[in-house]
Amino acid sequence: MKQSKAKTAALYGLLIALSFTLSYLEHLLPLPVGIPGVKLGLANLVVVTALYLLGAKKAFPVAVVRILLAGLAFGNAFSLLYSLAGGMLSFFVMLLCRRTKLSPVGVSVAGGVSHNVGQIAVAAAVMRTARIVYYLPVLLGAGLGTGLLIGLIAAPVIRRLKKGNINLHIL
Amino acid sequence: MKKADWILIGSILFVAGVLAAFLYFVPKNGSAVTVEINGKTVDRLPLSEDTTKAYADENGGTNLLVIENGKARITEANCPDKICVHHRAISRSGESIICLPHKLVVTVINEKETDGVDARAG
Repeated sequence: MKQSKAKTAALYGLLIALSFTLSYLEHLLPLPVGIPGVKLGLANLVVVTALYLLGAKKAFPVAVVRILLAGLAFGNAFSLLYSLAGGMLSFFVMLLCRRTKLSPVGVSVAGGVSHNVGQIAVAAAVMRTARIVYYLPVLLGAGLGTGLLIGLIAAPVIRRLKKGNINLHIL
Repeated sequence: MKKADWILIGSILFVAGVLAAFLYFVPKNGSAVTVEINGKTVDRLPLSEDTTKAYADENGGTNLLVIENGKARITEANCPDKICVHHRAISRSGESIICLPHKLVVTVINEKETDGVDARAG
């Protein structure tokens, strides 16, 4: 089924707006843990769901545009760089994990953990210090927790959208 | 949740646990701190003496380092996020306070085994 351009544009607009709103929500209500770089990653809900329902080709622009928008709106050049590195690594890891036996929950966990690993790698490069690995165990645990939470929410969303007559998958 | 998910979660926890054990529990109390700005070591201060010293990067970013009772902390900084100021005081070998905006890293070292810490961290 060929998709009209207008419908595709509307779909992208919808998904990007949704993930951008989730980023904003997270910006308003940061997690009170006091560890730099630990976020819930609510926007990843949209990316995980899009990855399953629309495929990688359509989920990728949503992820990139969301990061750029949120970075420009709520962050600075530095935080944008970190988010981009984390977001891209996370996206490709999730893409690979989707082809394994993992369920959406496991894919989301892998995404959450790799997001933090990507950020720490950039931080180590920018700071030119390897000592930043001291944050790694904390950020691994945090990525696991947030990825698990996002995955547990995304899994039923994916299941129901697939079952329901919402023809997202043909878009 | 499938079996594969649990295996993934278990392996991540295991890796994080082993890393944490190595990084957080093996090091002993340090004897001094080094201050790095933009990757270059600019200062080295013993933890045994109480000191207060200010550091500035080339863009006017400043951090105030205070050493008190064998612990080092940053009490003031003009960075936007103040993560370094909120960081707890550090005293164990290998611990660090990092101010990302100013590219400033304060690291506790044990002067006798500096190489060992570097080898482990690198």
